[in-house]
Amino acid sequence: MAIIALLLLIAAPPFVSSFLLTLLTQALIYAILAMSLDIILGYTGLASLGHAAYFGLGAYSVGILATRYGAGFGMALAAGVLLAVLVAAIFGLVALRATGVYFLMITLALGMVVWGLAHRWVTMTQGDNGISAIPRPDLGLPWSLSLSTPFYYFALAGFLIAFSILRMIVRSPFGQTLVGIRESESRMRTLGYHVWLHKYIGFIIAGGFGGFAGVLWAYYNGFVSPVDLQLATSVEVLLMVALGGRGTLIGPALGAGIIVLLKNLVSVYTHRWLLILGAVYILTIVYAPEGILGAIKRRPKEAKSRAVEAHA
Amino acid sequence: MSKQIAAIFGLLVLALTADLGPAWSQQGPIRVGFLTQMTGGGAAVGKDMSNGFMMYIEEIGHQIAGRKVEVIIEDTQGDPAAALTKLRKLVESDNVHAVAGIFLANEGYALAPKVDEYRIPTIWAVVSADDLTQRKPVKWAVRTGWTSSQPNHPFGEYVAKTLGYKKIVTIAMDYAFGWEQVGGFQRTFEETGGQIVQKLWPPLGTTDFGPFLAQIKRDADAVFAVMVAASALRFPKQYQDAGLKARLPLIGGGTTFDEFVLPSLGDEAIGAITPLIYSAAIDTPVNKRFVKEYRTKYGKVPSYYSEASYTAARWINEAIKAVKGNVENKDMFLAALRKVEVTDAPRGPVKLDGHGGPIQNIYVRKVEKKEGELWNTVIHTFPSVSQFWKYKPEEYLKQPVYDRNYPPCKHC
Repeated sequence: MAIIALLLLIAAPPFVSSFLLTLLTQALIYAILAMSLDIILGYTGLASLGHAAYFGLGAYSVGILATRYGAGFGMALAAGVLLAVLVAAIFGLVALRATGVYFLMITLALGMVVWGLAHRWVTMTQGDNGISAIPRPDLGLPWSLSLSTPFYYFALAGFLIAFSILRMIVRSPFGQTLVGIRESESRMRTLGYHVWLHKYIGFIIAGGFGGFAGVLWAYYNGFVSPVDLQLATSVEVLLMVALGGRGTLIGPALGAGIIVLLKNLVSVYTHRWLLILGAVYILTIVYAPEGILGAIKRRPKEAKSRAVEAHA
Repeated sequence: MSKQIAAIFGLLVLALTADLGPAWSQQGPIRVGFLTQMTGGGAAVGKDMSNGFMMYIEEIGHQIAGRKVEVIIEDTQGDPAAALTKLRKLVESDNVHAVAGIFLANEGYALAPKVDEYRIPTIWAVVSADDLTQRKPVKWAVRTGWTSSQPNHPFGEYVAKTLGYKKIVTIAMDYAFGWEQVGGFQRTFEETGGQIVQKLWPPLGTTDFGPFLAQIKRDADAVFAVMVAASALRFPKQYQDAGLKARLPLIGGGTTFDEFVLPSLGDEAIGAITPLIYSAAIDTPVNKRFVKEYRTKYGKVPSYYSEASYTAARWINEAIKAVKGNVENKDMFLAALRKVEVTDAPRGPVKLDGHGGPIQNIYVRKVEKKEGELWNTVIHTFPSVSQFWKYKPEEYLKQPVYDRNYPPCKHC
């Protein structure tokens, strides 16, 4: 049960080393980013290659506001999410004119625009050097978030909030409509649904939560640079969703956890860790094209259908 | 289904509880973390760095002051966020006593606040971002490598006085490393009577320099180029193919023609003059032995990345010997790191200034062909150059760090 998974996550800190705890924190933040991408990739069927842009917008908002203007958590959070929502609203107008590979290419280009801005607008972003020394937020709690355990719970809370809201969205009639659009856009249009508007709102929601993940990321690392929003990051998130199982919400979260841990634990033992990561991707695509969770979900059904066949 | 999810989560958490770090003990080995890039675009540079570092550690038989030395090499993946994760791992999980290495400026800036937070003695072996020992000093770090503008301050004077060029066009990769090198050069070159007449900034990752080469003002006396690794491999050939080599002599930042790229370049590199803290052709017995043994061991000429990492390992050795192996006393260890003075590094004597930046020789080098190989022959040596050159540190630090628009281009 999901409750057990949650309890394990809550109980983890005393039992894991502090380094692994920071990896888990990283995994939770990436999980939010992967779940947000799942809204458009998994539920709506639109593969985006520019999702790191919203992550970066959230992170840079924190970086700039906290280091230059001493903004507190509430202010930085609001600014980061709003900026991501706003940019998604503008990019959505451009990107949603296309589908399939063209959508992929437009989102890629738009993502590069934001990357270029982070890289070249040096007076604001400090360019390639990045913004460092971003202080951890002070929420007025008795525990300082500069310690790894309180920050882990902070990220866990962020993850749970994002997960609950996103789950509510995908289970709502709105979410069901998105799935309908994924399955057959023309049928949904015939049924009288405003297809474009649904996609547009889904796109903005994804951007907003991507920004939220970015806000947490900037606080976690205390640092943000153009690397955080480059193409490779977008691709990595896409792989997290594909690995875990698109259109399942919890799957991408799982995928994020697996990739973050693989990347950081395997690279401790071998410098050829990219080979292992590559092999994992290939095996997933070949043997579990629906992702890990997709494969688990399918198996009972297959067994059932086989049983029915045998009966007949 | 949800049972399976729970099972997966359970397994994950179980896997995590199996701690990676070995048990920590006061009398155990001295652990040193080495951070460098082992995968991606800068992996070859990372290899030169780890080779240089390990060569010294092996020379001293993995022993310092009677204690065993363990080096843990971690891959920063060329990503500052990954570098941070690896620093966390080294400090929190491996309990290292010191950290060394670091290649990229953004990795340095990302790690800097964390280094002070962890109070972990750190050696910037290669990363050359000026402000790490200038306007954003890091209490727990010393720099044994260089600052980007350091070789170019004396070189600006040398070019104006000795080479006699009056008008120069600069072309440099558009990020802090390029800005700081061009800035340092421009400042002293113009103070000695020269003029920078044009500044071109190709974006990072540029592979085709054609559009930039076409813009170069042909009435200049020379071109000053700052390229690194991948761009340095392509630029000289394109410069020659554009017919510029015969008309405008090519000078530049040290990495444009360092030993990392020279073996991959052809005759187009011959004649280029650049300054750096090191040349494999330095004619001292110490360096000759270093080059010979490095070549035997790794099959290539050491680059400045190798030498800088080799000397960083030596630096750690000297500091640990000074505290008699008691690296657990971090304050004493840090103080010792700041006091080390190496008089016979392959690159020559090195000591630190009050800001933790190295004072060392700057070599003006000219690419020449000897026995079929390209070498950076030293044509002039500026002894004991500090990161502040001839300026007073307090006054130097009042000016902003060099960037794309500073110093302004008055003669463009």
